[in-house]
Amino acid sequence: MSAPIRVVLNGAPREFPAPLTFSELIDELALGGRRLAVERNGEIIPRGRLGEESLADGDRIEVVMAVGGG
Amino acid sequence: MNAPERIEAGDALVVAGKAYRSRLLVGTGKYRDFDETRRAVEASGAEIVTVAIRRTNIGQNAGEPSLLEALPPSRYTILPNTAGCYTAEDAVRTLRLARELLDGHALVKLEVLGDARTLYPNMPETLAAAKTLVADGFQVMAYCSDDPIMAKQLEDLGCVAVMPLASLIGSGMGIVNPWNLRIIIDRVQVPVLVDAGIGTASDAAIAMELGCDGVLMNTAIAKAREPVRMARAMKLAVEAGREAWLAGRMPAKPYEASASSPASGLIAPSASAPK
Repeated sequence: MSAPIRVVLNGAPREFPAPLTFSELIDELALGGRRLAVERNGEIIPRGRLGEESLADGDRIEVVMAVGGG
Repeated sequence: MNAPERIEAGDALVVAGKAYRSRLLVGTGKYRDFDETRRAVEASGAEIVTVAIRRTNIGQNAGEPSLLEALPPSRYTILPNTAGCYTAEDAVRTLRLARELLDGHALVKLEVLGDARTLYPNMPETLAAAKTLVADGFQVMAYCSDDPIMAKQLEDLGCVAVMPLASLIGSGMGIVNPWNLRIIIDRVQVPVLVDAGIGTASDAAIAMELGCDGVLMNTAIAKAREPVRMARAMKLAVEAGREAWLAGRMPAKPYEASASSPASGLIAPSASAPK
């Protein structure tokens, strides 16, 4: 029995019932294949490590993309 | 026969060691949709296009098209900005995310704002961010005030271009202080690009005639009645202004006319012409 993982994702609270990696998080959010960058507690997680790093309870996570701007 | 290529191949804009044929840089905000963005960028001839970095819209965007599909980084030099950042810390953090997003891409547009109403740059924070970013290997093109001392300090910190405002972002007020821009162009060795405030094609031409190395604009194109047509107008204006700068304008003579037609050989020399 693992405790649920509570994180703040892009400013909003989220809860996951079981541990998951950042790659699994991206798939869960239907963002697979998109050009993204991920930051956990102010530190960037390089793309190559998204499948190795797992979310931890209390993480503040940012998932960003490029949008129109000047 | 007219020369097919009016702009000399040798007259490239060189930023951080890379040559660009177009001296017009365009933003990608405020368009109706990505198709209009793509068509306007194509019509502008721009090779460098700015983008903003924002949170993904969790849970609402499955299958939604993305900007970088319309403007692929394989074709365009994507210039991530720090629009909306009010501190050096936020700007640096945003550009580190941008670098990860764009596979290690180092060329960035730094802007640190000081005031939400005017979007005027906060220069102390801009200088602090530039210092950190340059030390971290970024190639920084810095949006700045039109203060020549600030522009020089950005150059001294290692910025690869300085980008003073012509007037407030999105205002369309044109070049309010050409004299300051001239001082900056005279004092700074790195490229000087006017960023912000262009309203219409003549503003862009004037910026280039002043000797600016390039112009960056967004709203003037995106909020024109016909953005794609205005994008083409801006392309022509930047080219025209650049050519005029290179050609060297005639001296202005405010108090004396100089006839272009011969003064002699008139069929009816006028006896009544004032002496």
